[in-house]
Formats: sequence, structure tokens, C-alpha cells
Amino acid sequence: MTHVVVIGAGPAGLAAAEHALAAGADVTVLDQADVPGGQYHRGASHRFEALLSRCTWWPESTVWALEGRRVHVLRGPADGTNRRRHTLDPDALVLATGAHDRVLPFPGWQLPGVFTAGAAQALAKGERVAVGRRVLVAGAGPFLLPVAESLIDVGAEIVAVLEANPARTVLSGWSWRAAAHLGKMNELVRYAGTLARHRVPYRMGRAVIEARGDDRVREAVTARVRADWSVVPGTEETHEIDALCVGHGFAGQPELAVAAGCALDGGFVRVGDDQRTGVDGVFAAGEITGIGGSAAAAAEGAVAGWAAAGRTPGRALIRKRDHARAFARRLAAAHPIGAAWPGWLREDTVVCRCEETTYGDLMDAVADPATPGPHALKLGTRAGLGPCQGRMCGAVVAELCGGTERHHRPIAQPIRLGELADPKEFP
Amino acid sequence: MNELPIEITVDGETVTGLAGQTVAGVLLGAGRLSWRATRSGAPRGVFCGIGACFDCLLTVNGVADVRACRRRAADGDEIRTQSREEDA
Repeated sequence: MTHVVVIGAGPAGLAAAEHALAAGADVTVLDQADVPGGQYHRGASHRFEALLSRCTWWPESTVWALEGRRVHVLRGPADGTNRRRHTLDPDALVLATGAHDRVLPFPGWQLPGVFTAGAAQALAKGERVAVGRRVLVAGAGPFLLPVAESLIDVGAEIVAVLEANPARTVLSGWSWRAAAHLGKMNELVRYAGTLARHRVPYRMGRAVIEARGDDRVREAVTARVRADWSVVPGTEETHEIDALCVGHGFAGQPELAVAAGCALDGGFVRVGDDQRTGVDGVFAAGEITGIGGSAAAAAEGAVAGWAAAGRTPGRALIRKRDHARAFARRLAAAHPIGAAWPGWLREDTVVCRCEETTYGDLMDAVADPATPGPHALKLGTRAGLGPCQGRMCGAVVAELCGGTERHHRPIAQPIRLGELADPKEFP
Repeated sequence: MNELPIEITVDGETVTGLAGQTVAGVLLGAGRLSWRATRSGAPRGVFCGIGACFDCLLTVNGVADVRACRRRAADGDEIRTQSREEDA
């Protein structure tokens, strides 16, 4: 029987598991979390019990390295010690490692009390914790709406939801017919109703350009921005808040795909019509192939699971995926990143959060003939060398300094030296 | 998540949370926003909330560099805050 290993138990991975099973494969599903569902199905893990009872389900399983299709796994609590090391050698591998929020830097974004939109959502939906009492939600993209709803749900007061793109960009990109087709209409109407009921303004063409505070955020400065996100002088407003939630879309987490030898296009894994990567037996689905949301991720996962089991995906599955992807592309066009955003930065604005490398440090290094190229720039400024390994600042540093972001992280997740030195391996 | 209360300590001080919450969830729920110091001494807590930014690192039962947003809190956990500050 074909053995398919699925890495990631979010919408893409779970759909891949379900379809690989249906196609007759023996399926193992791994996730770092101790419950299935990924970032999307938070608090709804019970819905996947039946599916996972038919698979080999490994929760709390961190894939720290890949060599081709060989999967190196650590099993045990997150960042623990003495986790058990395993290796798997499947016939096919489905990578469904998802995405994290993308946040563009702005002065003060490193202050405690500034969160990604995804953090606010995870804490509200998963743990019933409100990140603040008086919260401003800002950035770009439709994800800000469910975040605001979840925050309201756990008792936070939302000062406003700010979409940086102007109304004409957002509305020209939205396709109501496509939204209706995918059942997204009800969701939108619900968000609009929730915001209206709680008198939360949704303002387009306005961005957070600074967070202020000493030991924590206390104020957010917002301003009207043009279509390219350049600030309109004189439109600044200051809001007293105790939490600020920001998201400018999402970035895929392709390090395992890179480790497997898959090619990337603009940070996303390149896949063929049946979700096959360029590496034999390795498939990719969901946000790592392009940001598309849960419906597109599940549709891709279905195709990937079927193909990974060695079967040809049916036309209905392919069509469903193509529709979901087309909707995602229109949505992305409605919420682009304005090219003039670096206008928010000041010389002392932190860009690399881990190493506290500032915009000024980076510009000095770029101008210095002694540090040519991204490698010297990194060593000279330490940007990207901290614990997050450039996950937060990599794309921004590449954009500001010229060059392309690299996702090459041979050790994809931290493994303790004792665990690495321990010769014991388990099948 | 159920509603069973749990108790952990943070630098010796008792903090109450709910079973099923992460260490980050317990600390934020108790009104703590930061628990790590950077190289410059600046305070940090949760940023990404899903294990990607490594801002929320702390020490759990003597084991350093645990992501608070990814570790489920257990009753009786002893948490220590961390610093990367030089000479700290």
C-alpha cells in the first residue's frame, strides 16, 4: 500500500489526508500542535476525530529536517527536552505547512501590546483571551474582519478596523458573484452586521503609521494613505489604546519545501496541475503554494491527497480548486501592499525584531561598499540572524535592501543539542 | 478547552489560568504583556502568537527558550522570564 505522509493538519493537510485515504493509501498526519485544525479550525478539533482515527495521527510532532522525502520528526511538547526522534520514509509526501501573518514594520511595532492579527485571533478563538480592552485592528485584507469579530466576542472594545487600501481598490477587486458562489457572502454580511451592532467603524484608505508607548503600547497614530500607501500629510489621528493588532496579509512557511528541494516562485512553492512539486513524490497544498484562504487550501489538499496516493484527480476536484484559487486571486488584487509603505519608516525604526536592527543600520550597510551582497549585509547588521531566523523580517529586508528572500533553513525548527546528540531513533 | 482553573508561578509569583490555555494565554489573561528582554533590554511578549516570531520565549520548569504561545500550560509549571541583555 502507498504510504503518504502529510505534514500539517490545517485545512489543506486534512483534506489531503481524507482524499489520500479515499484513494486507498496508508496515511500518516503530523502536526506541531497537540490538536488538529491548524490556524483556521481553532477550537473545532473534535470535527476531525473520525478522519484521524483512520490515519496514523501524530500530534505534537515537529518536523525539524527533510532530506528529499525522508522526514525527521521530534515528538513531544513544544520546545521540550528529550523529545523522541523518528524518521519516516514515505512513498509520497504532502507538505501543508501553512502561513503566518505578514506585518510590515512601522515605528513602535516592537512594543508589547502590538500583536499580529493572527495572534489576536488565536488567543481569542483558541483560549478566550482578549489581547486588550481597547483595541485597534489595522492593516490590509479580509482577515481583519473575523479578527475584529473574535475580539468583540471575548469582550474587547474595537476602536476601528482600518484597511489601508482605498475603497475603489477594494471594491473593484471584490467579485460579489464569486463570493456568493463560494458561500462567502453570508460570512461578509455577518461581519458587517457585527461591526455595525458594536458601532465599530470600518475605514478604508487609512493605516497605522506609528505605535507609541514606553514599556508597552499606549497610543496608535493613524493617517490617511493614498493608493500606494504614501501618507497624506496633515491627516494624522492619535488613538488611545491598550492593544494594536496588525496584519498586511500572509507569508507562506516554505522551509520544509525548500529543504526537500522544491522550487519557489516569489516565496511560494511551485506546483503542477495535480499539486506535484518538481521533486519526485513531493506534493504541496494550501498557503505555501499561494495565499488563498481555507477553501482554496482544502481544495488543493484534496487534489494533492488523491495524486499523492498515485491516482489521477478527477475533473470535479480540479475545477473546484481552480474556482477557489480564482476567487483568492481576485481577493489578493483587492488588498495589495502599497509600494510606498517604507515612507512610514524612520532611521531608528526596528526592522529585524530579534536583533533590533534599525532601518538606519540597514541603509548605512547598503550604502557601505564594504558590505556588498545580502550575505555581508546580514553579517554586518545581524538582520535575520536572531531566533526567528528571518521569518519576520526576511521579505522586508530583501525589499528594502534589494535582493530576494531566502527560505533556506536546514534546521527547520529548533532541536536541542542533547536531542541531536542522542543516538536513539524510533521508527 | 474546559474551565478548570490551574496555577502556575512566574518568577515565583502565582498566576491563575484555565486548563487548556498556553503559557502565553495564561500570562496575557492575567494581565501580563511582556516577559522577555532583548539585547538592548527592551521588553517583549507575544507578537505572532503561532510560533513563528520567537518573541515570547521563556523558561518552563528549568528548560530555557520555550515558545510561550506554543506550550500548553500545566498546573504547577514554574515559569521564569528570560533576558538576552548583555551583562544581565
